[in-house]
Amino acid sequence: MLEYGLFYIAATVALISSLLAITRYNVSHALIYLIVSLLASAVIFYVLGAPFAAALEVLIYAGAIMVLFVFVIMMLNLGATGDVQAHLLLRPRMWLFPALLCLVLFAEIVYVLLSSERLLSGMVVTPKTVGIALFGPWVLAVEIASMLLLAGLVGAYHLGRRYLKDSREGATSSPEAAP
Amino acid sequence: MVELISILIIYGVLLGSLTGAAILIWFERRLLGIWQDRLGPNRVGPLGIGLALADVIKLFAKEDWIPPFADRLMFVLAPMAVMIAMLMGFAILPYAPGIHVADLNIGLLFFLGMTSLAVYSVLLGGLSSNNKYALLGGLRAAAQMVSYEVFMGLSLMGVVMLTGSFSLVEIVNYQQEHTWFIIPQFVGFVVFMIAGIAESHRLPFDLPEAEHELVAGFHTEYSGMKFGMFMVGEYLGVILISAIIAVIFFGGWLGPDFLPPIIWFAIKTFIFICFFILLRAAIPRPRYDQLMSFGWKYMLPLTLINLLATGAIVLWLQA
Repeated sequence: MLEYGLFYIAATVALISSLLAITRYNVSHALIYLIVSLLASAVIFYVLGAPFAAALEVLIYAGAIMVLFVFVIMMLNLGATGDVQAHLLLRPRMWLFPALLCLVLFAEIVYVLLSSERLLSGMVVTPKTVGIALFGPWVLAVEIASMLLLAGLVGAYHLGRRYLKDSREGATSSPEAAP
Repeated sequence: MVELISILIIYGVLLGSLTGAAILIWFERRLLGIWQDRLGPNRVGPLGIGLALADVIKLFAKEDWIPPFADRLMFVLAPMAVMIAMLMGFAILPYAPGIHVADLNIGLLFFLGMTSLAVYSVLLGGLSSNNKYALLGGLRAAAQMVSYEVFMGLSLMGVVMLTGSFSLVEIVNYQQEHTWFIIPQFVGFVVFMIAGIAESHRLPFDLPEAEHELVAGFHTEYSGMKFGMFMVGEYLGVILISAIIAVIFFGGWLGPDFLPPIIWFAIKTFIFICFFILLRAAIPRPRYDQLMSFGWKYMLPLTLINLLATGAIVLWLQA
């Protein structure tokens, strides 16, 4: 019973914070709500018996990817102009159609949830099980993901390298600019 | 009865860590004084220990000023984030056999997750202050902490491989049967130590607040207890990282029988806290680009090689 309570509380927090995240005009406030939503889904994972997924949700999504989001916001540092742009974007004409599409998905999810017998699996998935599953039957998916990441890494390196060369040509007088 | 004991442990940990952080404010200045051949604060109470109390009273009594140009929500949220995240980190520490708040089977990941959430306080503080120095400090913090987090986590994976578990209690038990991880995982220890300093943004890696170039970095606009929470959060971070080093690489509560286990744990943690302070007294700050290239060009390959070697040895021993 307690698990159900925890699940519904976390799910409510996740829903409210997600809603707030897409309706805030201030982009950094929206990000904070998104982080809260991710933390809430980590709690949901934990309650459902997947502590490893919960930890990764906090570590990777809330702890690393969202930090990069905040980093980009800081780099752009839009301030009040960003708010004005968001006001222009968030008119009903802009969000009505996507919202309708989401409503269809929402109805589907509600139907699926209502039709399933049990919500909580009552089984704990340990890190070891996840590892064995990842590098056993799903090893191909892991390899494909790693190749994708490698491609991203090489691409980022290439872009950064071109930038470095430009800045070197720009400042030949500085002693550090020598290759 | 069992519940009463666990509640007592929770309050003990909470009280102990917060008092420790407050006393560390005095202790650090005193120790720095000794190492730099001067006295340090020695006037309030015996040996000047009353300074911790005086500082706390001062911080509570100061005007708590929120600049009108700051973003109020984030400005208030930022100092809370570091305190909450660091205190949560203390929950998974095994202090002695049976004395722990929670023995999660993902304990180590929980600790890493909490330290990565603590980054938000610096980020949000820098972003919400609407101040150029604060913003620069926050930007540096974001890049520095995200980079060092990568091999902070990876450097511990050698230990996880050998133990076969993320639980800190299991890690200590494994060290009781075999040997302290400082010997088989020396490289991991060095990397974790350096990454730990960078993660708690202490000197010499305190580039986010570097007072010689950025005034006070991310907390330039903070005053009163909000500034105090940043400071206490930083000291909590120092204690937490020291305790984790003691648990993972130096056997946690293990030690000869003439002292109780929890005392051994405290002694080991204390030694690493002192080492953190010694680093501050001894090493100058690197330049920002030096810090980043050191991380990615030396620390990351070193960690990966360590991981590879550990994995190979584990497989070889099993075969």
